[in-house]
Amino acid sequence: MLTGKGILKGLGVTLKRFIDTYLDDLRWWGKRYYTPEGIAHRSSKDAKGVFTIQYPEEKLPVPEEFRYKPFLLYDEGPNGEKNIRCTSCGICAKACPPQCIWIVRGTDPQTGRPVPQPAGFWIDADICMSCGFCAEYCPFDAIKMDHNYEVASYTRNLMDMNELLKPVSYYASIRPLNYAREEEARKAKEAAKAAKGQ
Amino acid sequence: MATPAPTDTLDLAARFPGAVTPDTRPGYTGWVVTPEKLLEFAQFVRDELGYDYLVNLCAVDYLPEDRMEVVYNVFKTTGGPGLTFKTWAPRKDPIEIPSVVSIWPGADFQEREAWDLYGVRFTGHPDLRRILMWEGFEGHPMRKDWQEPFYDEDVKPFKRRWPDGKHVYAEKRSVYGDNVYFKPGFDPEKWTPTDPEEALYKSLKKYKTETSDGIETDHIIVNMGPQHPSTHGVFRAVVVLDGETVVSLKPVMGYLHRNHEKIGERNTWLQNMPYTDRLDYFNSMTNNWGYALAVEKLMGIPVAERAEYIRVIMAELSRIQNHLILIGMLLNDLGAYFTPALYAFEERELILDVFEAVSGSRMMCNYFRFGGVVRDIDEDSMKKIRDLVFDRLPRKIEEFDHLLTENEIIVSRLKGVAPLSAEEAIAYSMAGPMLRASGVPYDIRRADPYGIYDRFDFDVAVRYNGDMYDRYLIRLDEMHQSIRILQQAVKGIPEGPISSQKPSYTTKVPPGESYGRVEGPKGELGFYIVSTGKPNPWRYHVRTPSFVNLTALEKMCVGTKIADFVAILGAVDIVLGELDR
Repeated sequence: MLTGKGILKGLGVTLKRFIDTYLDDLRWWGKRYYTPEGIAHRSSKDAKGVFTIQYPEEKLPVPEEFRYKPFLLYDEGPNGEKNIRCTSCGICAKACPPQCIWIVRGTDPQTGRPVPQPAGFWIDADICMSCGFCAEYCPFDAIKMDHNYEVASYTRNLMDMNELLKPVSYYASIRPLNYAREEEARKAKEAAKAAKGQ
Repeated sequence: MATPAPTDTLDLAARFPGAVTPDTRPGYTGWVVTPEKLLEFAQFVRDELGYDYLVNLCAVDYLPEDRMEVVYNVFKTTGGPGLTFKTWAPRKDPIEIPSVVSIWPGADFQEREAWDLYGVRFTGHPDLRRILMWEGFEGHPMRKDWQEPFYDEDVKPFKRRWPDGKHVYAEKRSVYGDNVYFKPGFDPEKWTPTDPEEALYKSLKKYKTETSDGIETDHIIVNMGPQHPSTHGVFRAVVVLDGETVVSLKPVMGYLHRNHEKIGERNTWLQNMPYTDRLDYFNSMTNNWGYALAVEKLMGIPVAERAEYIRVIMAELSRIQNHLILIGMLLNDLGAYFTPALYAFEERELILDVFEAVSGSRMMCNYFRFGGVVRDIDEDSMKKIRDLVFDRLPRKIEEFDHLLTENEIIVSRLKGVAPLSAEEAIAYSMAGPMLRASGVPYDIRRADPYGIYDRFDFDVAVRYNGDMYDRYLIRLDEMHQSIRILQQAVKGIPEGPISSQKPSYTTKVPPGESYGRVEGPKGELGFYIVSTGKPNPWRYHVRTPSFVNLTALEKMCVGTKIADFVAILGAVDIVLGELDR
């Protein structure tokens, strides 16, 4: 039997949504769009009405664990020198599922023996699947996943060492909790080492 | 519930002397059957022992032993553990194994896949054509001695990456080098293609009649896809029509084929984890779980208690967002242009926010590790999950119910369309909601429990008409049950470590085989893996619900209108990422 009751019931739901949008606009007068609280409200459990984020004018905040492409970390020395954390041990290159990491191990020019510094480091960002294994299994906290997701380009994205290197302060700014945790672990380790040495 | 495996009590070797022997290789289970006795054995297993449900069929290439094996995993739809049996033939063309399609019609596509990728010729198969590769493709790409065009090495990690890893683009390394094989005497410059569709069109049932007044009516062939919006990707159905009624239908797939299983065999065990995300990209959490389960089974390691709860929470959230999308998109297919779909996307966004916060990615979660998960759920996300499962989601599922269930247009489009009986659903190896909508209360979470599902109180959703309307309703029912499970899991989650293993990029897996199955939102997701004790899997096979559920597509569509095909396909809930692999 086609009475149309079900259709009306469904239309009631859409009508309610439609009205909710305007009510929510009134309740959040002027603050629903283009403000951090407005964006947070629109992606909370109490969100009503229009959900849309007006990208690129508005951007959803990314959570700390968000991962995009990897980058290499360096500590800033007192005279502004870059102390690269990577020791070119090759674990990231071995763990990488699509095998997009290419490393040349550094050698001492005099002795020819390997030194714990990469002589070359490439990440083929076109092949990278953003899985995060390199950052997860790096024993030196030398490679981490970046938050920058706006990487569209007209050319291939082969990142060399220049593009990959970023200061630790940048890392601390995008992943404060992880950074604090790692620093704490490192200090504890150093303290244990010092206690052992005495 | 769980019945003891009859393999313990039944000596099948005595029943079939000389033809059936227990598989005694270390780490292997089940029986080895000679090809001559295979059909008799299969008939016995189905009719006498009650293993009526063939879930997995795949080939394994044991190159060093020079044997091509075909593995069958069968289960009882009344529940309980399954039975594994194998048959094999020497690895010399033609490799011939009798087809079991006459016993389990659900073997149809899986045998075609084994023929396509391994070159196992199943004698007696009604329509043995390639299924993922195209007709005319030379060779069988899953064989161990087949190499892809950008072949680097047999297994990862590749040696040219470290310690002397000067970057080279793959295409510069081997531009049609030695890896492309042409038949002797074949010149690509002079080649003119024959009609590649010939075999396909031959397989369709043709139709021609003459009415009493001498008017000749002819069939019409319609190609739905590969670019048709209803197919949700690149999928094609060739349909023979009588007016508007479907007479015969053949699905054509493989447009998104990337030889996932070959990649899987080149990868190390852990490296496969992010690749499973790319199968059914709506449900990377359950994909991860299926693979982790199979490997954990073979390694014999426990899973940390807290991680078990986290896994359940993630899998059930995944199921809810999948079913929401399914319903939204099904309505799109029915012509309700995008309103329900976008309502569904709102709730999905909130669930994906949780996934992103815990795993780092909205869709390619890569969250599970052998023995646990990669990181703990933080307090913020836990609060978000609580808000969702206790407040928002139940409310919103109710809203969907109001919006759609009684809508007269939906009811008249769905009710009584394309019914599938319980017997047919079992025979065609349908899985998940499609099976349960036909009145078979088979849910792996109950029938063959994994993880900690045996601790939760929930009902197996089941509907009895097997028509399109029931396929819609069962998704709503399942979402309600998922909410129930989630509420218990969120309340009961204990503190503690999130992995039973030390984080490591290498995995030691003892030699043997294992089949891990989970109840994915789309149906049974199974991983059949074979280890030789090396860092890489010897065989990595994915039994995907989208692929096997399509076996019954023709059966469901014949006799319906062409416009209904769109809805029928929508309700099967396919994702091309896992259909084509």
